[in-house]
Amino acid sequence: MENILNQIGIENYIFLSVLLFCIGVFGVLYRRNAIIVFMSIEIMLNAVNLLFVAFSTYWQDAKGEVFVFFSMAVAAAEVAVGLAILVAVFRNIGSVDISNLKNLKG
Amino acid sequence: MENSLVLLLLLTPFVGFLFNVFFGKKAGKNISGAIGTIAVVVSFAMSVYFFMQLNTSGKAIQVKLFDWIQLGNLKVDFGILLDQLSLLWLLFVTGIGSLIHLYSISYMHDDENMHKFFAYLNLFVFFMITLVVGSNLLVMFIGWEGVGLCSYLLIGFWYKNQDYNDAAKKAFIMNRIGDLGFLIGIFILASMCGSLDFIAMKTHFLSIYMNTPQNVFLTGIAALCLFIGATGKSAQLPLYTWLPDAMAGPTPVSALIHAATMVTAGIFMITRMNFLFDLTHDVQHIIAVVGAITALVAASIGLLQNDIKKVLAYSTVSQLGLMFLALGMGAYTVAVFHVITHAFFKACLFLGSGSVIHALHGEQDMRKMGGLRKVMPITFATMLISTLAIAGIFPFAGFWSKDEILMVAFEHNKVLWIVGSIASIMTAFYMFRLMYLTFFREFRGTEEQKHHLHESPSLITLPLIILAALATVGGLINLPGSNWLNHFLEPILATKHEHHALGSQEYMLMAIALTGAIIGIVWAYSKYIKQGFVPKEDSEISGFSKTIYNKYYVDEFYTSLIVKPLNGLSNFFRTTLEPALGKVVYGFGTVANGIGNQGKKLQTGSIGLYLFAFVIGLLAIVSYLFLAQ
Repeated sequence: MENILNQIGIENYIFLSVLLFCIGVFGVLYRRNAIIVFMSIEIMLNAVNLLFVAFSTYWQDAKGEVFVFFSMAVAAAEVAVGLAILVAVFRNIGSVDISNLKNLKG
Repeated sequence: MENSLVLLLLLTPFVGFLFNVFFGKKAGKNISGAIGTIAVVVSFAMSVYFFMQLNTSGKAIQVKLFDWIQLGNLKVDFGILLDQLSLLWLLFVTGIGSLIHLYSISYMHDDENMHKFFAYLNLFVFFMITLVVGSNLLVMFIGWEGVGLCSYLLIGFWYKNQDYNDAAKKAFIMNRIGDLGFLIGIFILASMCGSLDFIAMKTHFLSIYMNTPQNVFLTGIAALCLFIGATGKSAQLPLYTWLPDAMAGPTPVSALIHAATMVTAGIFMITRMNFLFDLTHDVQHIIAVVGAITALVAASIGLLQNDIKKVLAYSTVSQLGLMFLALGMGAYTVAVFHVITHAFFKACLFLGSGSVIHALHGEQDMRKMGGLRKVMPITFATMLISTLAIAGIFPFAGFWSKDEILMVAFEHNKVLWIVGSIASIMTAFYMFRLMYLTFFREFRGTEEQKHHLHESPSLITLPLIILAALATVGGLINLPGSNWLNHFLEPILATKHEHHALGSQEYMLMAIALTGAIIGIVWAYSKYIKQGFVPKEDSEISGFSKTIYNKYYVDEFYTSLIVKPLNGLSNFFRTTLEPALGKVVYGFGTVANGIGNQGKKLQTGSIGLYLFAFVIGLLAIVSYLFLAQ
């Protein structure tokens, strides 16, 4: 099978991944809506996954892909728990704005 | 068979104690008293049985109940040794104990806690038997501490009176000082001999030590430590002050514990360890001197006391001093002889004074007595016999034993002989002063008391009569010439003492002692009968007699020398050191608290800030890792 990296260079994958990660980071830092913060975290995760797959192909080594499966499974679990928490938060304080979540203030 | 009989001897009083503790109140006063008395009588019967057996077989009975302690080379069994010495002690401890229990049934009948009294008395007898029959120093020590505990409980028996509680505590603490010495002595002996068994130690000292003396100094220290233990228990200088205060307890307790049995434990222990003391002549000399001084000091204090029991208490201290004088000169059998005769007449005197106090409804001041001879003839007669005995009048028991002590002293050291003789004259004086003030001339109490005067019931007078009889004939066990006691005790002594035949010197000494006693009596007679002198009120006493009346201010001296500095130190610790330490410890808490309070501010609760910090931190780590490469 012809290597896809011959058509699109590895550096492009890295740029895309970094871009996605940064989008995620800024999303986390600047948005106040908990759901969007959540989505941004997912973007960061997927940026990493992308990088994993790209390097896996580059090195002709399946270990990276295995890792991605793990990380996706964990992410799915995390989403399930996280969204459940958000639902509970919404029921309690009627909002998902993270600036309202100050009950843990010391 | 033998084992179970030994256990019967040892444990019956303990069973009596358990019964009285758990069922005494329900069973009622008479049953409680009867059980308590029977328990001791059973022990007495067993003692007599073993005594007979020993007399026929001549062999000591050894019983090992169980292995107790095994530490390295040191092995201690829980063993029992019934030899001549312990059986002799058992006989008079359980014998006089039985009489005093009998007496207490009547004496304590009005007390609501009578069952408790009998429980303590039984426990005391149990521990006293343990002390006497133990085959090694550690078993003896159990009994030693146990009798101290019972003494404490019984002195403070009327615990609602704070003075009595203080007296109990004083007795306990003073004894503890002595016990420390005893313990150290035990440790030294354990390390030297590798055993605490009396027979093993005797072998060690008589064979190994005699041939190649090692650790001579340490041996002396061990003997001295044991003697310190004895000064605590047997009320010798400088630890004697607890005994007069111990008179706070009920009178039967004074008779049993503080006159006849417990206070002789020190003499018992030294006689037991005679093989050790025979090797340490310096310590023996110290014992003799301490004994003589105690005899003199206590007798002189007794001259002016007005509390009938206090007089007897100082008399006890003084007589114990004479016994130590004999011990110090290596005349163990003589000391034991005096212990036995003293147990008879002093128990009788205490019980007699109890009878008087009973008749006067608790009055103990002799200034408010007098003229009791006619209303209490039996008490008077028995006390008179015992007084003659303690004063050393021929042919009563005290004459023989005291005379032997003075004879031995005369042979060893003339100064000690003079001191002992003066103490004896004083004894004759204050004992007859007691008799004259209590029983002669007119009654000086209130009309109401006079109206209620009566002779005590037969349960009280019977023990008095028996003890008076013993005080009369007690001298027979060791008459000069027959010396039954000396021969009987020979097996337990390490070195044989030759006994002189009666010569002119001995007769002369007897005559001197007798003359001294008569001088004391005549002196008392002329002062209290002829002149009708009655001791003055406390406030009117002055001069040197005030010093004596206040017991040479020894208690005050101890208070200012030890108690007050100790209290001051405690106070300093409490008011200064403890708050300072508290501040240091509290300071750690304050610091931790402060750090926590500062750290708390980081927890703003703003998730955005947390995330920001998280990202910055991540970046910092990543950039560090990059730079580190």
